[in-house]
Amino acid sequence: MSEVKIKIENLYKIFGPRAKEYTNKVKSGIDKDELLAKYNHVLGLDNINLDIKEQSIQVVMGLSGSGKSTLIRHINRLIEPTEGTVLVDGEDITKLNKADLLEFRRNKTGMVFQRFALFPHHNILDNVQFGLSIKNLDKSESKDKAMYWIEKVGLTGFENKFPNQLSGGMQQRVGLARALAIDPDILLMDEAFSALDPLIRTDMQDQLLDLQKNLKKTIIFITHDLDEALKLGDRIAILNGGKLVQDGNAEEILLNPADEYVSNFVKDVNRIKVLKIGSIMNIDGNMNESNPSVMVDESIENCLPTMLESESGLNVLDNDKNFVGVISKNNIAEILRRSKD
Amino acid sequence: MSSESLRLFKKSVDGAYRSFSAKYGDAIEAVFDPVLYFLVWFEKLLHNSPWPLVILALLGLVYLGSRSIYLTIGSLFAFLFIGYFGMWDDTMSTVSIIGVCTALTIGFGIPVGILMSGSDRARAMITPILDIMQTMPSFVYLIPVVMLLGIGKIPGLLAVIIYAIPPVIRLTDLGIREVNKEVLEAADAFGANRMQKLFRVQLPLALPTIFAGINQTIMMALAMVVIASMIGVKGLGQPVLKAITNQYFTMGLLNGLAIVALAIIFDRVSQSYGKRMQQHRAGANE
Repeated sequence: MSEVKIKIENLYKIFGPRAKEYTNKVKSGIDKDELLAKYNHVLGLDNINLDIKEQSIQVVMGLSGSGKSTLIRHINRLIEPTEGTVLVDGEDITKLNKADLLEFRRNKTGMVFQRFALFPHHNILDNVQFGLSIKNLDKSESKDKAMYWIEKVGLTGFENKFPNQLSGGMQQRVGLARALAIDPDILLMDEAFSALDPLIRTDMQDQLLDLQKNLKKTIIFITHDLDEALKLGDRIAILNGGKLVQDGNAEEILLNPADEYVSNFVKDVNRIKVLKIGSIMNIDGNMNESNPSVMVDESIENCLPTMLESESGLNVLDNDKNFVGVISKNNIAEILRRSKD
Repeated sequence: MSSESLRLFKKSVDGAYRSFSAKYGDAIEAVFDPVLYFLVWFEKLLHNSPWPLVILALLGLVYLGSRSIYLTIGSLFAFLFIGYFGMWDDTMSTVSIIGVCTALTIGFGIPVGILMSGSDRARAMITPILDIMQTMPSFVYLIPVVMLLGIGKIPGLLAVIIYAIPPVIRLTDLGIREVNKEVLEAADAFGANRMQKLFRVQLPLALPTIFAGINQTIMMALAMVVIASMIGVKGLGQPVLKAITNQYFTMGLLNGLAIVALAIIFDRVSQSYGKRMQQHRAGANE
């Protein structure tokens, strides 16, 4: 869990014919708007440094134009960096030659797109098989694999349909199956659920988390939706104007926003729902036998009824029922007060 | 430019070309020999086979292409009309040259269109050439072709191809460029190389547009048969030409109608074939 799978170092991306020349200008502190106004070049990424841990879900969040789609495309080099390195398993993929890059994409990364990007002239089976057929895999083997993933995403019976005969949610399941069929270590999801309506989106999020329990892929998930980020992300990186402004877990982002941009972003989040007991408990307290107990990884919201009934606070237990701390009404009041500011 | 030097200029260019064609004419003609052999063989095949058999084969193709029983019956009446009024042999000559022309324009046009779609520089270079091919009066480029290769089938074939090939090139280019960028990016993301992208994604998705180009090409080739007949291409163009010079109205009209009938059959068949592929793409054939 703690091995770094993808290491992005000093990554710059400037769009325009003379990108290389302007990297130094960006390094000396020129910002996105100024670069565009003065030199007519677009700053995509500005000195990104990010470690993505193996088997974790790394969410990358930001408003449109913040560079998140540009960043994810550097991981399979659909976009060439202007400067910097992207290490995957210690190998610098920015240095791969053409043939090695194709091999890398065929085996290491699967990608899911915002607007599905299915092949309209192929049926579902052939869509899911696409990555396998590119690798010239044996036909019956690739069909077996494709059928397995079609079943996994719940589309059995639809394999002979065409993409435009399916609803948006079903199409994105095909997109997910297509990406998973090549059994990549890394799953790149570019606003994969943003085009779906809210109910379907929640459904897909649950399905993804469910799959991830067994798959243990390294997932990079792009979104502009904070609720989605908090739900899915083991870690959340926030981009603004091509800069990485904060990278942390949900608690860190909510409790210690790095700057005004981030605090604006998280302003309306229901903290009680998102924050876990563990992030606000008092570890110095002593166990009080007469108080009820709650689990450390429960949300504050779930403990509220017990909390309100209790006179002096709650004992917090970890998963092995060991005492790890106490929590009082004051701790919760503090959180509520902070979110009001 | 003074009229004296203009005259000299024309004379020297003509002279140079004349000596070029005297020197290399035979060699260049030899290059086209295989095409000529095939054309002659194909024409003879159509002429010498019993006409009911030929009609049956043609109707079979019409039905396979269009899957329409009405069009097949209509074509049957058109062919019977053509035969009844004594235009069968000329019509078969025209069918054979149009068939060979179509095969050659597809064979050359689609690769050139693919080349054009892959590079903006190639497109910038080829587009003006296509403009010239489409707008230059065909008589003008017939002159050097006839000087080089003499009168006959091959110069006629070349003239028809030069006039008719631009649509298939342009629409192949357009069709490939119109392929959804996101779908292409998906192919890239899965590690497809250039050929895999071309044959599995770009060409299949561009096919309906390419087919519109092929349809246009066939129509333009048919329009050229009269002009081609001036340099010795046998077919429905020759009686039309004879009718023009002798003011035989009925003869002109009948042969003209035969050309129209062929055009309509070719057009409807190729269009509905193209449309069927589009339906498949839309998945509506379930």
